[in-house]
Amino acid sequence: MSDSIQLNHLHKNYDRFALRDLTFSIKEGYITGLIGPNGAGKTTIIKMIMGMVHPDQGSISIFGQENSSDEASVKDRIGYVSDENFFYEQLTLKQMKKVIAPFYSRWDEEAYRKYLELFKLPELKKIKELSKGMKMKFSLAVALSHGSELLIMDEPTAGLDPVFRRELLELLSEHIQDEKKSILFSTHNTADLDRIADYIVFINDGRLVFNETKEALPEKYMLVKGGKELLDRDVRKWFTGIRETAHGFEGLVANRMEGEPYFKNIAICETPTLEEIMYFTVKGSVMHA
Amino acid sequence: MNILITGTSGEPIYAQIVSQVRQLILQGELVSGTALPSIRLLAKDLQISVITTKRAYEELEREGLINSIVGKGSFVSGADQEFIREQRLRIMEHKMKEVIDESRLLRINFTEITEMMKLLYEEEKG
Repeated sequence: MSDSIQLNHLHKNYDRFALRDLTFSIKEGYITGLIGPNGAGKTTIIKMIMGMVHPDQGSISIFGQENSSDEASVKDRIGYVSDENFFYEQLTLKQMKKVIAPFYSRWDEEAYRKYLELFKLPELKKIKELSKGMKMKFSLAVALSHGSELLIMDEPTAGLDPVFRRELLELLSEHIQDEKKSILFSTHNTADLDRIADYIVFINDGRLVFNETKEALPEKYMLVKGGKELLDRDVRKWFTGIRETAHGFEGLVANRMEGEPYFKNIAICETPTLEEIMYFTVKGSVMHA
Repeated sequence: MNILITGTSGEPIYAQIVSQVRQLILQGELVSGTALPSIRLLAKDLQISVITTKRAYEELEREGLINSIVGKGSFVSGADQEFIREQRLRIMEHKMKEVIDESRLLRINFTEITEMMKLLYEEEKG
């Protein structure tokens, strides 16, 4: 199985934030979700992959080419959906399309028409007159209409209503039917990923927490709920993050294999959702910091 | 082929697919040679991850219920009902052995096990 993107030991320093030694890869033919709280570094990572931010150290290779000198040919194969509008506000969709299409060697007008129809996009309206959701749809229509092998999306589901969100997820699974195309998308709405994502890359505070198949997570993580009398100093060490109230506690255990035999008869053991994994890990890292 | 996935049962999704396909084969609804949907198509239809579906198919293959041919897809194997029943029986024996091991640890003798078994069996019957 080959990688469509590889990040090797990336470092980037900003005033109050840093990406530290990030190494992970995105597998070809699958959907990878990039998760993390606000400010974790998701957008910075995506901008680095797109060549819009340069790392202080480390390298990125896309389609097996490292820091390509031939950037245009790499970009030709990537469909990019930003969380900001990068189109000209004054133009209509029709005019904007005319500007963009010639940049792509495999622009597919027929596919573009299809998405225009499907997303009910008003061709003659100016971009500034579109709602946030509509702008996102236009951006998606463009990204899906030039035969891209890699789709990179930054928070594509933000601003979309639940009906279209579901339709988008279906479009994404349609997109990878041929086993060659890959999708990377960042989100903090983990419910989107609970459904269709194959791999999850979890970033917190500029560091990689894990890069795992979603399928493997229920075997690694366990959510424990129990009475507070269980929590002595040694027991606390089991938990990545813990939430205590007057009525008991709930906490995340990152080593289910060893933790489950201990807790299963004295507490409630559940399989956590992605959101719970994210919540307790972030909470724990703040506590230990 | 009907496959219904629930997110609330606590049973892993791949296991739900395995048990439902197995059931369909046992009931004779899926006969030998029937093509199953491709891994990616099933993932799309159920709106679940490709890797989850792949895991389910691998499990079905291990049980000898389906065969996967590279480039062609997955098919219900030639295993007849008798063979499948054999397989299930072996799994059942394995589970019974586990019960015996557990009972030794708890110092429960055979008569007591059969008592418990009988009680549970009657209960299930309603």
